[in-house]
Amino acid sequence: MSEVRTLVIDGHDVAATADQTVLSAARENGIHIPTLCHLQGLSDIGACRLCMVELEGSPRLVASCVTRVEEGMRVTTVSERLNAYRRRVVEMFFLERNHVCAVCVANGSCELQGAARDLGLDHFELAPLHPEVAVDATHERFVLDQNRCILCSRCVRVCAEVEGAHTWDIQGRGADARLVSDLGTPWGSSTTCTSCGKCVQVCPTGALFEKGRSVAEPKARRPYLPYLVDHSRA
Amino acid sequence: MAPTTAAARQAPSDDKRWRQVDVRMRRLGYRPDGLIEVLHTTQEVFGYLDDDALRYVGESLGVPPSTVYGVATFYSHFSLKPQGRHTCVVCTGTACYINGAGQLLEEVGRRLGVAPGGTTADGRISVLKARCLGACSMAPAVVVDGEVHGKVRPDALMAVLGTL
Amino acid sequence: MTPGEDDAPVVPAAGRAPGSAGRVRRHTDPLVPEGPVRVSANVCQAAGCMSMGSDRLFADLKEDVVASGATDVAVRRVGCLGLCSAGPLVEVPEQGRLFEKVGAAGGTSLAELLGSLTGEAPGGREVADDPFFARQVKVVLERSGKVDPEDVEDYVASGGYEALAKAVTMMSPDEVTDEVVRSGLRGRGGAGYPTGLKWRTVAKAPGEGGKYVVCNADEGDPGAFMDRSVLESCPQQVLEGMAIAAYAVGASRGYVYARAEYPLAVKRLQSAIRQAEASGHLGRDILGTRFELHIEVRIGAGAFVCGEETALLASIQGGRGTPRPRPPYPASAGLWGCPTLINNVETFANVPSVISRGSGYLAGTGTERSKGTKVFALTGAVVRTGLIEVPMGLRLRDIVFDIGGGLAPGRRFKAVQTGGPSGGCIPEDLLDMSVDYETLSQAGSIMGSGGMIVMDDTSCMVDVARYFMDFCREESCGKCLPCRVGTQQMYRLLDRMCHGTATMAQLEELEGLAGMVRATSLCGLGQGAPNPVFSTLRYFRDEYLAHVQDHRCPAGVCPMDGTPGAPVPPEGALMAGTGAASTGGAR
Repeated sequence: MSEVRTLVIDGHDVAATADQTVLSAARENGIHIPTLCHLQGLSDIGACRLCMVELEGSPRLVASCVTRVEEGMRVTTVSERLNAYRRRVVEMFFLERNHVCAVCVANGSCELQGAARDLGLDHFELAPLHPEVAVDATHERFVLDQNRCILCSRCVRVCAEVEGAHTWDIQGRGADARLVSDLGTPWGSSTTCTSCGKCVQVCPTGALFEKGRSVAEPKARRPYLPYLVDHSRA
Repeated sequence: MAPTTAAARQAPSDDKRWRQVDVRMRRLGYRPDGLIEVLHTTQEVFGYLDDDALRYVGESLGVPPSTVYGVATFYSHFSLKPQGRHTCVVCTGTACYINGAGQLLEEVGRRLGVAPGGTTADGRISVLKARCLGACSMAPAVVVDGEVHGKVRPDALMAVLGTL
Repeated sequence: MTPGEDDAPVVPAAGRAPGSAGRVRRHTDPLVPEGPVRVSANVCQAAGCMSMGSDRLFADLKEDVVASGATDVAVRRVGCLGLCSAGPLVEVPEQGRLFEKVGAAGGTSLAELLGSLTGEAPGGREVADDPFFARQVKVVLERSGKVDPEDVEDYVASGGYEALAKAVTMMSPDEVTDEVVRSGLRGRGGAGYPTGLKWRTVAKAPGEGGKYVVCNADEGDPGAFMDRSVLESCPQQVLEGMAIAAYAVGASRGYVYARAEYPLAVKRLQSAIRQAEASGHLGRDILGTRFELHIEVRIGAGAFVCGEETALLASIQGGRGTPRPRPPYPASAGLWGCPTLINNVETFANVPSVISRGSGYLAGTGTERSKGTKVFALTGAVVRTGLIEVPMGLRLRDIVFDIGGGLAPGRRFKAVQTGGPSGGCIPEDLLDMSVDYETLSQAGSIMGSGGMIVMDDTSCMVDVARYFMDFCREESCGKCLPCRVGTQQMYRLLDRMCHGTATMAQLEELEGLAGMVRATSLCGLGQGAPNPVFSTLRYFRDEYLAHVQDHRCPAGVCPMDGTPGAPVPPEGALMAGTGAASTGGAR
C-alpha cells in the first residue's frame, strides 16, 4: 500500500494514496470532473483536456487524469475560466466532425452530448470544419462512423491493453488523424480483430456501434468490462 | 530494454532487394523499436512502402499492423504510394516563404497540374514540399533530383523541370 | 549510408602526377604538400556552399594547384565559414583573407584565387575588420571552418577531446556536473533550462536499468540551420560534449536524433562516430578508462513535433511521435523508462569549452542570466545572411545592421522573427533590445533554437501569422484537441483576414482562441502555436485592422479577393432534437 497524501479539492480536505491521480481522488470523494478520453482501467493519455483543473501556485492548467496527487496540493475543479475552456473544448469536438445528434445512434447516451448538456453549451461560435470522412460497415456486427469519432483513442487502448488484439490505431496526424484498423484495411477484413466488441462498448459517442441499433436506442451496457481490467493501476 | 522478438521470416517475394531490408532488421536485432529505421531502409530500397512491405516489416519485428500503419502515416517522409521518376522538392521554410516559395508551388501546380504530395499523371515528376531544407541563404530553394537550386524564380524552375 | 561516388578514386588528368605535389587519393581528400605549408585554401564544404558548387570547386582547385607546380599550398576541406550568402567561400587563414562566390558569376575567379595562393597577386578581402566577423565570438563555432569535419585527427590536433580526457581522468562525475552548473550554461534548444541542473537530476536518478544521453538534432524551426551547420562542420565537438555528459550522469548509451532532411549532416555524424570509436574516444574503455559510451544515430522522418522531448523519445523507440504529459520528466523516466538526458546540438557543443577552460570561460561572456554565446541562422531581408555566433546581450540592431549589413537599398525594416512557430515578431521600436532569454521572452518572442528571419516592408504580418499557423496546423500530432482543432480554427480565421472577409468579431474570436489553445494544449507545440498571433497582434494590430476594417493589405501581399463580410457557411442543425443545446451560430 502506498503512502497517504492529503490535499484540498474545491475546499474539501481529501486523503488519497500517493499513486492516485487528482481525478480519481476527486471522484472517490464525490467531486465530478468531466472527462472524455479517460476510462477507468485503461492507461491515461491526457488528450481531451476536458478534465483540466487549476493548481494553486501554478500558472498552468493540468489534466487531472494524468496528474498525481501531492501533499498539500490545492486543486480547483470549477471556475469561470475552466468552464469557458471546457465549453470551448466540447464545441471544438462538435465542430471537428459531423455530429448530428438527431440522427445518431448514440443520441441520449452520448458522453459528448452529456458534457455539452452539463456545461450549458447552447450555441456555437466557431465554424464547422466538415472534413470528408468515411463510414466503414464491412464488419458483420459493427459499424465505424468516422463522422462521430472524437479521436479519444479509448477503442485503441481497450483493444491493445485489454483484448491484446491491437486492431485499432490512429493514422496520419493533426487534421488528417483518423481511426484505422490494421493496414488501413476495411474492418470486416481485419486479420487481427476478434470481434469481441470491447471497442464498441467503450466508445463515448456514436462512432462505433452495433449493427441494427436504431437512433437513440439506449446502448446495452454490458457489465463484464469493469472486471476485465485491473483497477489497482488506475 | 524493450523485449526482443527476433523473427526471420519469408520475404513477400524473391526480389533480391528484400535482402537489404533483412540485413537492416538483423543488425537492429529484430527489435520493435527499430521500426522507423527499417521503414527508412525499405523506402530507400523500394522507393515507397506498400502493404506487403508494411506487413512483412511488422511481422518480422513483432509490431501489430495497425501500429506499423500508424507510424508510416505519421511521418511525412514516408510514402505509401509510388513516386514519380523525378522529384521536385520546394522548400517552404520561413525565409523561402517570404521570398516567394508560394508562387513556385502555384506555378508548378498550374503548369504540371499537381498539388504538393502528388505525382504527374504520366508518373514523371513528384512534387513535394519541405518544411525547411536549411538552405535559407539561397531562398527560395528547390531540390530537383537531389540537386539544390537557390534563388529560384518560377520560370527558371519550369525550365529546370522541362529538361528532366 | 552506403559509400557513394565521393569515395571513388580520382582519375588523374593526363600528364599529371598527383603524387608529386602532395597526396590526393580521393575526391574528398585534402591536398597536403609533403613539405612545409605556406598558405592553405580552406574550402567550405557545408551544405550551403556545396549546393552552390563548392564540392566541384574543391576538386578543381586541387587539380589547378597541382598543375601550377606549387609545393607549399594546401587545399583543405572545412565546415561552414558563416557568410552563406556569398558562397562558395574559400578562406586563406595564413593571410586572413576571404574569397567570396569563388567560380560563380560576379565573384572571384579560380584564376584569381590561384594567383593569390601562389603569391602572384593577393586577392580576396580582409576578414579581421569585416563587421560580419568582427562582432562575433566563437565558442560553439570555434572550429567551424577551421578543421576538416571528416577527420578526427584534425579535431584532436586542434585541441579536441582534451576536455573529455580531463573529465574522465582528472574529475569525478559530480565535479563535471558542478562545473557545468557553475558555468551558467542554459539549454540552447529554446526554453533555456539550466543545463547543469538537468544533468544533476539525471545523475541522481536511480539507474539500475541503465541511463541514456540523447542529442536533439531534430532542428525543425523553418528558417533555422544552426544545428545542421554545427554537425556538418564539427561533429566531433558534439560527440565530445555528449561523452562528457554521459560520464557525468552515468550513461553508457546514447542517441543522436537527426533530421532526414539533412543527409550531409547525418553522413558526417555517422562517419565521426566510427572514427571516434576507432580512435578510442567513444565505444569501450574510452581513453584507457573503464568508461564506455555507444552512440547511435536515429533518423527522423519528417515530423516537427519530434523536437518536443517526449515525442522525440517516442520516435527513437520506433513509434508515432506524439508527446505525453510530463511529469514524469525524461530525466527520471525517458527511453524505455530509464533516466534520460536530452540536450540539443548547440548545448552539447558548448560543453567541451566549459570543461577544458573552466566554468568561468562561458560566464565571462553574455549577460547576468544568459551566459555565453548563441548561434543564429541570420536570414531573410538582410544583405549578408549566414551562420553567426554572438555574445548574449548583443543588441538586436547590431545583429541586423552591423553583422547582417542592414536591408537592401530602398527597403524598410519591419520585423525580426525569432523562435520559429513558437516565437514572435519583434518590431523596429525594440531593435535596441538585448538578445538574451529574458528580454526576448518579455518582448513576446522566445530565443528558440536560433532562427532569426529579418522581414522588410514587403512582408505582411497577418500573412506571416497565417503562415506559422498553417505550419502548426500541419505539424500538430493530433493527440490533444486544442492543438489539433484550435490550430485549424485559428488558421481559418487568419485566412479569412487575408482574403478580406473577416469581421471585427472574428478578430476578437481569434484572440480568445489563441488564449485557450495556449492555456490548454498538451505540449509546447500547441502551447506555443498562438505566439506568432499574439506578437503580431501586439505590435502590428494596425495591419490586422487594415485587413478587417478597410479590407486592405498594406504590404500588398494578401489576395484580399473575398467579399467583405461574406456570411459564414451555414452551420446546420448539429445538435437538434437533443434538447441539450440548440444550434446557434453567434453570427
